[in-house]
Amino acid sequence: MTRSFDVHRVRADFPILNLHVNGHPLTYLDNAATSQKPRTVLQALNNYYEQQNGNIHRGVHYLSQIATDAYDRARERVAHFLGVADPREIIFVRGATEGLNLVAHGLGEILLKPGDEILLTRMEHHANIVPWQIAAQRRGAKIVVADVTPEGTLDLEDFYRKLNPHTRVVGLVHASNALGTINPVEEIIRHAREVGAVVVLDGCQSAPHFPVNIPKLGCDFFVFSGHKVCGPTGIGVLWGKSDWLDRLPPYQTGGDMIAKVSFERGTTFREAPEKFEAGTPDIAGAIGLGAALDYLETLGADNLVTAEKALLDHVTPQLREVPGLKIIGDTKHKTSIVSFTLDGVHPHDIGTILDNDGIAVRAGHHCAQPLMDYYKIPGTARASFAFYNTTQEADALVASVRKISKMFA
Amino acid sequence: MSELSDLYQEIILDHNKRPRNFREIPSCTCVAEGNNPLCGDEVKVFVQLESEKITDVAFSGHGCAISRASASMMTAKTKGRTREEAREMSQAVRAMLLGPEVEPPRTLGDLVALSGVRKFPARIKCAVLPWHTLEAALDGESAVTTEE
Ligand SMILES: Cc1ncc(COP(=O)(O)O)c(C=O)c1O
Repeated sequence: MTRSFDVHRVRADFPILNLHVNGHPLTYLDNAATSQKPRTVLQALNNYYEQQNGNIHRGVHYLSQIATDAYDRARERVAHFLGVADPREIIFVRGATEGLNLVAHGLGEILLKPGDEILLTRMEHHANIVPWQIAAQRRGAKIVVADVTPEGTLDLEDFYRKLNPHTRVVGLVHASNALGTINPVEEIIRHAREVGAVVVLDGCQSAPHFPVNIPKLGCDFFVFSGHKVCGPTGIGVLWGKSDWLDRLPPYQTGGDMIAKVSFERGTTFREAPEKFEAGTPDIAGAIGLGAALDYLETLGADNLVTAEKALLDHVTPQLREVPGLKIIGDTKHKTSIVSFTLDGVHPHDIGTILDNDGIAVRAGHHCAQPLMDYYKIPGTARASFAFYNTTQEADALVASVRKISKMFA
Repeated sequence: MSELSDLYQEIILDHNKRPRNFREIPSCTCVAEGNNPLCGDEVKVFVQLESEKITDVAFSGHGCAISRASASMMTAKTKGRTREEAREMSQAVRAMLLGPEVEPPRTLGDLVALSGVRKFPARIKCAVLPWHTLEAALDGESAVTTEE
């Protein structure tokens, strides 16, 4: 059941949105960095520690049992969120970064050979660049980078030119955190599969904003971070196709991931997901993430898409009017992110002055330095909207940005 | 708002917009590069030293208004000084920005405008970076990285 969408009622679910910052009501427009948490998530965390805390898969006692059950349910919850039938394909990790490191490391071990190519794009987050650089270095493979266009879309012609039978891995951001651009991943994945490449999708900025159905996408791996979908920090998800998970070596080793450990007869591992979850995981985090996904489902994915699109459509034309302002990534198909520069004003100054008005944005390179280099800018100011933002908040942003433009004129 | 206008004083905005000595000195006696990996500010400081005297000083790079203004004012203030005087001035500026809050020495003149950053802890490093880099150049070091 979805209830009708009333932004003021929704805001009441988020205690932090009542804060005042520098004498102004908080206007939180840094949702692409991390989202705020609804009360149900905070309650789930609290409830876990007050009523359920026990280590999982270990004890026969009551708390261990219910903690294990809750953790397993969270895994099922995530599988459902991604449209995945088998929850055993869901690996809990610390965040997208850890998920990408796990995959890059593992594919480096079992797949990459000297001369192989890893095709990335210029709009990747550093988390989807550096692990591949390390894997490539270790295996003698080569990183190939597909270009972007001045407008901020992926240069598909360039991408397809660079996709070839030597391409063993395609690493691609589903939606760009620096620009908002949503990439045509279904089409890209189809082409990548034709040359036999493994496709790793970075879903950090897609999962929070529109429904993701993994079987429909057809990728091999998908990662996202819990803290960007209204869940807690410290928990993230790696989904992998089961035949890959069977072949991939463990990333960390220790307790919980083993079948048998012996000094005499050697050690054997469990299967996925346990093989990839060495040690005590973030049980509370997984449960909190489950609660976050429940919350989003109650609001209704379509409602969220509509609300965020309305905010983007409301703010974009107004910002375009500000003297000296340039939107980086002014494309049609994008998430609710507006990344911009102001002539003669460094993004950090924009960030400081907006903060003074209680407005939180991200200023800088957004962990996408190669992209900033392409646009020959040190960084941008990025306002990223969530469904709980209001048009009044968007207007406050525009007014402050106008003020900055005047101040530095 | 008043704290903000302390930070972005007229003189800071002016130096940001029209930075003095914003150029490179290709074959100077001392040069150092400073960068702040957290915010991506980069500054290169060029010093021409002739028998312990700074006969020319300039900077290049990119950064926010605070770091540009700080670098610009720094070059204007240190040109014509001895190496030792420039070092002392740099230490006085750093003390003003990072040390306990006291009346800054009169010798700093306009540079006192930089003290507006004290209320913005995240921005202090922006004002400090050019001075760090100048000191490195004067000490014959080639690179500094600040996260402070
Ligand atoms: C596109 C993208 N990829 C990867 C990451 C890294 O996520 P995390 O820092 O949660 O591991 C982020 C978030 O910062 C992101 O936006």
